[in-house]
Amino acid sequence: MAPGRRRSGSPLVRWVLRIIAVGYVLGLVALPVGTVVQHTFENGLEPVLESLRNPDFQAAARLGVFVAVISVLINTVFGIGISILIVRYRFPGRRLLNAIIDLPVSISPIVVGIALIFVYGTNGWFGPALNSMGIQIIFATPALVLATVIVALPLVVREVIPVLEEAGTEQDQAAQSLGANGFQRFVRITLPTIRWALAYGVVLSLARSLGEFGAVRVVSGSVAGVSQTPTLFVNDAYQEFGAQAEQDAFTAAFLLMCVAVLFIVVIALLRPKEQNQ
Amino acid sequence: MSISVSGINKRFGDFVALDNVSLEVPTGRLTALLGPSGGGKSTLLRIIAGLEFPDTGSVEIEGVQATWLPPQKRSVGFVFQHYAAFKHMTVFKNVAFGLEIRRKPRAEIRQRVMELLELVHLEQFADRLPSQLSGGQRQRMALARALAVQPEVLLLDEPFGALDAQVRKELRDWLRNLHDEMNVTTIFVTHDQEEALEVSDEIVVINGGRIEQVGAPADLYDRPANDFVMKFLGPVTTLDGQLVRPHDIELLAAPGQEAIEATVTRLTRVGFEVRAELRTSKGGSEPWVQLTRIQAQELDLEPGRSVWLRTTHAPKTLAVS
Ligand SMILES: Nc1ncnc2c1ncn2[C@@H]1O[C@H](COP(=O)(O)OP(=O)(O)OP(=O)(O)O)[C@@H](O)[C@H]1O
Ligand SMILES: [Mg+2]
Repeated sequence: MAPGRRRSGSPLVRWVLRIIAVGYVLGLVALPVGTVVQHTFENGLEPVLESLRNPDFQAAARLGVFVAVISVLINTVFGIGISILIVRYRFPGRRLLNAIIDLPVSISPIVVGIALIFVYGTNGWFGPALNSMGIQIIFATPALVLATVIVALPLVVREVIPVLEEAGTEQDQAAQSLGANGFQRFVRITLPTIRWALAYGVVLSLARSLGEFGAVRVVSGSVAGVSQTPTLFVNDAYQEFGAQAEQDAFTAAFLLMCVAVLFIVVIALLRPKEQNQ
Repeated sequence: MSISVSGINKRFGDFVALDNVSLEVPTGRLTALLGPSGGGKSTLLRIIAGLEFPDTGSVEIEGVQATWLPPQKRSVGFVFQHYAAFKHMTVFKNVAFGLEIRRKPRAEIRQRVMELLELVHLEQFADRLPSQLSGGQRQRMALARALAVQPEVLLLDEPFGALDAQVRKELRDWLRNLHDEMNVTTIFVTHDQEEALEVSDEIVVINGGRIEQVGAPADLYDRPANDFVMKFLGPVTTLDGQLVRPHDIELLAAPGQEAIEATVTRLTRVGFEVRAELRTSKGGSEPWVQLTRIQAQELDLEPGRSVWLRTTHAPKTLAVS
């Protein structure tokens, strides 16, 4: 901040702005988060441990991690591929592709879910054909993965593209003239160039994938122990009657929150590295 | 012939970047590609390196048909104008890159890289990242990196373009010595005629996608094929409707044979030289002349004074178009 700027504006305005900002954050974030923590540990640690022993919760956690990891793997591979395609190649439809990548950010996840049902559902385009081959997509893990992949698709691409553009093609050409083939250039030049952006994008996708609710809700059917992810578990448990069900909901919500905080810390650590490059 | 380029045409859309270019570069020579911006120098160099492909025509390197070979299959080292350093690798790793790709034994790589770093005076910077080097050091690293794989041909695109005048001059001499030592066929691009004249064995003047003239520096300077080459290679002025080099005009204090009368209109000192601007009494042309300070003193030059002019050298003048 410029030295002159610091003193400008009356102290009163400064205080009012500060109170509004703090109040805003408190009301919107801290208070709800605090409530979750408070409700989770209201009756001590024992009910929390009881929730953790719930087989449905454990199944949901396993499924959630599985779906998130698979989705992130898929998005990482395709994200790198699409980024390279968009930055390094000129082809008809390139701008369209570039625009479509952003679609999942702007359309509601519910719409993504319904669209998936239209395509892969029992009465959808491919549904019957896949069904006759004994492959079930909707109301099973593949649909969860598909929905999550779509929703988190732009996160890796939007992190990697600017870094690739910034790096240009000269290093690649230099490597080529030194004898490196395409694969060697990818491993030795491209990957190290985008590594921090990629790591950042992967963490963002992981967070987004674990937290996804809308699209997953539509395509999952939310069968406890089978197609219920942690967010669905929270939702369903919360709507059930009974103290333990409510406790389960808060415990799962608390854990999701802890994971989110962990990701925020990781992201905060990665950000400076990315900018240093 | 080490590099033989024949009948190269290259268009970018409607724009003709190279128009039927043919060029022979003998083994072991240091050749300068000289020309104004946008003339097609980089395009030609990149076609020789395989970083770009011609629409028609062919490229041969050491007798091998290379027109459609990818860069990694040609024995060509390329140094980019902006160095293209591998930012995430140390200086050592940068230089070792080509050798590692070729799967040389580690001990051999280490020895060769250290030799090269010594050659480019960067041995104490081996563990630094490129971002921790100065521009000139980065450029030398890029050169060492290209030399590491012992290319048959070394191509440099404005190697000193991004450096300040002092460092430029230093590196220029250093490149010349290095070339004499290694004796690798080298082509470097420049739009600085002084650099080309000073360093190279041969100069190729290229303009508007065509080669204007090829020859030894002194030849080109003294016997330019056309106005363009004459103007591009050194200072020119017009005397009696002819292009002349300003240091090829002799000033006399008294009338002499074939000398024409003129009046001094202005004197400017630039370092050790003096520029005299003149107006001839007949024809009214306004040439300027380059003199040493001693010459100017001996003639006692001052604005308004009458002098007599004649061209000293056998005049290499051309009709002004
Ligand atoms: N990839 C490209 N696409 C379109 N036009 C290009 C491309 N590369 C070069 N050109 C054009 O071809 C012409 C020659 O370019 P080139 O880079 O060879 O010039 P140059 O002689 O190296 O100039 P400079 O001294 O400015 O580097 C220029 O007019 C340039 O605009
Ligand atoms: Mg150029």
